[in-house]
Amino acid sequence: MQILTQIRQSILSGELVAGESLPSIRQLAKDLQVSVITTKRVYEELEKEKLIDSVVGKGSFVSGANQEFIREQRLKRIEEKMLDILREGKELGMSVQDVVKHFTLLVEEEEA
Amino acid sequence: MMNAIELRNLSKTYPLFKLDQITLDIKQGYITGLIGPNGAGKSTLISLITGLIRPDSGSIKTLGKEVPAQEINVKERIGIVSDECFYYEHLTIREMKSMIAPFYKKWDEKLFNNYLEQFELSPKKKIEELSKGMKIKFSLAIALSHDAELLIMDEPTSGLDPVFRRELLDLLADMIQDETRSIIFSTHITTDLERIADYIAFIHKGKLVFNEAKDDVLERYMIVKGDMKLLDADTRRQFVGIRETAVGFEGLADNRAEAERLFGNYALLHRPSLEDLIYFTAKGEKHHA
Repeated sequence: MQILTQIRQSILSGELVAGESLPSIRQLAKDLQVSVITTKRVYEELEKEKLIDSVVGKGSFVSGANQEFIREQRLKRIEEKMLDILREGKELGMSVQDVVKHFTLLVEEEEA
Repeated sequence: MMNAIELRNLSKTYPLFKLDQITLDIKQGYITGLIGPNGAGKSTLISLITGLIRPDSGSIKTLGKEVPAQEINVKERIGIVSDECFYYEHLTIREMKSMIAPFYKKWDEKLFNNYLEQFELSPKKKIEELSKGMKIKFSLAIALSHDAELLIMDEPTSGLDPVFRRELLDLLADMIQDETRSIIFSTHITTDLERIADYIAFIHKGKLVFNEAKDDVLERYMIVKGDMKLLDADTRRQFVGIRETAVGFEGLADNRAEAERLFGNYALLHRPSLEDLIYFTAKGEKHHA
């Protein structure tokens, strides 16, 4: 399912933009040297997540419909990183306040 | 979904071996890998599909036509690749081609010459001078040059070097860009070919064990590695086959959820390879016998 994660990531990161066409299932299977069914399932999952649209005869495109979902996903990724920072801070004996203070300090420095 | 091959209750008995009541559909538009240990019946099955031998009972439909009744129609539309040499050893590649080509209405001479070049085969070389790998390449060139709807390959990767095996993957993927074409290959070793197989038909001792989408098969089974203490009469029942050593056991469980529930916290669990399936199924059989 590495393929799924990779395509999803490309869409969520904005590397693939709305309306951009994806390779056909059989072409992608060939390029990645995996089975057609594996690739087909990846596309079906992306459709279910409303990240891509498939049009019979025309192929698959990055969906523009779900900006909100994409935003949510990206927010979730930021939250995960924040939690990571808190966890590492704790290992260094920093309280939540310490971490927030440090972060504010960094922002001020950046803006100065 | 259409089927490229439909086998119904197919049996063939030899003095020491029996292909037993095989019912099997090979899906059109996909690549199916026929796997199993040596002597499982893979080659016998392929010889039946291609009409080289006749079944004792049961029916074979290849590309919608009954075999052997409509064999000639079928043979024109399939390509066969095998390391067994069906060619006249004393002829050159060019002479052999001239004998074979007229049998195919859709023979494409230019395409054939392209393949010879791509596979680095000299048309002046005699068949008897070809290595095993070169013979496979030659039969592949013939098979791909008459617009075959179904490509049947018997142990195609034995004798091929890793470089050409990868090239072969590309050639096969090219062929099934057209969704009406199908490929079936047999093998007893895990090869890179399995990467691109959509379906796996597993035969063992003349019987079909399963024919399923490869992704489903690999998700259903689970390899469990752990301490011998985990094995008792009950937990043993989870396994298709078990390999026991002084330091512990390794087994193939056929119910992933159940294996996770029973052993998840106590043993190492991971996805099996197809080779694991072949090995443990054969081992389990011996154990029970």
